[in-house]
Amino acid sequence: MENILPIHLPASGLSMLRRRVLGAYLAEMRSECLRYLRAPGFILPMTLFSTVFYLMFGVLINHGNAEAARYLLASYSAFGIMGPGLFGFGVSLAIERDGGLLTLKRALPMPPGAYLLGKMVMAMVAATIVTVLLLLIGVFLAYVELSGRQIVALLLTGMFGVLPFCALGMFVGTLIKGQGAPGLLNLVYLPMAFLSGLWLPLSMLPVALQRIAPIWPSYHLNQLTQAAVGLNQRPLWLHVLVLAGFAVAFLLLAARRLRRHG
Amino acid sequence: MNLSTPVVARLATVNKHYGKLCALDGADLQLRRGELLALLGPNGAGKTTAISLLLGLNRADSGTVELFGQDPQRLQARRRIGVMLQHAELPATLRVGELLRLTASYYPAPRSLAESAELAGIGDLLKRPYARLSGGQQRRAQFALALCGKPELLFLDEPTVGMDIETRQRLWLAIRQLLAEGCSVLLTTHYLEEAEALADRVCVMARGRVIHEGTVDALRARVALKRIRCISSLDAAVVADWPAVSDAQRNQGRLLVTTAEAEATVRRLLHADADLSELEVHRAGLAEAFVELTREADESPATAQREVA
Repeated sequence: MENILPIHLPASGLSMLRRRVLGAYLAEMRSECLRYLRAPGFILPMTLFSTVFYLMFGVLINHGNAEAARYLLASYSAFGIMGPGLFGFGVSLAIERDGGLLTLKRALPMPPGAYLLGKMVMAMVAATIVTVLLLLIGVFLAYVELSGRQIVALLLTGMFGVLPFCALGMFVGTLIKGQGAPGLLNLVYLPMAFLSGLWLPLSMLPVALQRIAPIWPSYHLNQLTQAAVGLNQRPLWLHVLVLAGFAVAFLLLAARRLRRHG
Repeated sequence: MNLSTPVVARLATVNKHYGKLCALDGADLQLRRGELLALLGPNGAGKTTAISLLLGLNRADSGTVELFGQDPQRLQARRRIGVMLQHAELPATLRVGELLRLTASYYPAPRSLAESAELAGIGDLLKRPYARLSGGQQRRAQFALALCGKPELLFLDEPTVGMDIETRQRLWLAIRQLLAEGCSVLLTTHYLEEAEALADRVCVMARGRVIHEGTVDALRARVALKRIRCISSLDAAVVADWPAVSDAQRNQGRLLVTTAEAEATVRRLLHADADLSELEVHRAGLAEAFVELTREADESPATAQREVA
């Protein structure tokens, strides 16, 4: 067929200004944050789980034990930080794969990675909100004394500590489609939190469970939040490294599944 | 459509298998600038696969898939298209205006918010959260998202499903307006009157192949069937055996005859039944032509193959 003349327009007229591309990334992040912060079904369970637990065990039952309140602030922070990553990524990805939104986004000229970046930023914002709420309860209701540096350290741990759980959530989101995702994620979330000593200190668990605790990423996150509030003086690099490795591994696994199965 | 008009989207001898299932079997398709091509065919004919290849969602096993002469998986090519998919649950808590602004941000030179809203007829819905729209309003919002990037090529997959007649006709009007501006449209639809109302060309697919491509009139002419309706006491089974008659049946007291030679059949009917009344003769609609075509393809895949080649 010789009569086919595909159009080759000069690229200059069509190439997109870098500023507009950057604008597309920002618009995607803004939309992701807005849509989830407006969804009570997402934001309420995520913030209430950890804050209510902390109110009960750190304030009401604790009878003013400052050290216990400090310890629980760190462990419930770790617990609260995991949620936005696992659910923000996992549930939304599972539902959007099912509902066709992901397909539409892939067909549209959305810049590469904007979809995941948007969700990542949303999870970071949500994790920061949870940490702020826990800090408010800790400082004003449980009378935990924290230095400015400790507060900033805990906030930063929340902001970045959510990332490995984003990767895990994303992987789970590629395994399952639609409404089954929250159930499956809770099966990951709750036992993992328990086995890492986020609900009860590890020393209260059977020795066998204490031994295997380091295989859970939440165990390492808990070491970091404990260090942030001044309860863990040991070196942290190994925990950071494990969390980073964990994040990369699950990101790669998830990306591979997404490419293969969409 | 002039052959020198540039091709904006093209499939050439494309094969695509999903496991053992053959979704496309040497499919050819061309869409030129400024035309509306309606893609018709029963479920499983390969329409969705053809579109997903053109959108860069999947890769073909073999053959050429091009958007504006480029690989559809290149962002450059997709910046020139707009997309409305059959199923897409958009973020429920975002307002229509926010969705429009987000989608427009992906494009180099989009329409203004007001212009997109006006074209799709959703100017009064911009502040409404997406979840609070009716089904028809959601489809209109999706249409607005498809056109907001000022695309040169629009993919519309069953766009009017769930719309009432008035909304549907407003959408048709908007599509005609876009065509007049030089936009090309690839439309898949189950409503044949939609293809008749809008399409420059129709492309009928069956079993992974394009079995017919041409104007709406050419499609009708290719299956030059007429339908005769009348009140008669004649036995439908007997009439069905007459020459040129492809089908005859009785429905609610009326005799319905499908024939290739209406004049001869009518003459014979009148001759056989002097009391025959309420005679009507219709040219077959696109629906009958379409059914006839796909049935042919099913009965003799060999013929269809020759016609494509």
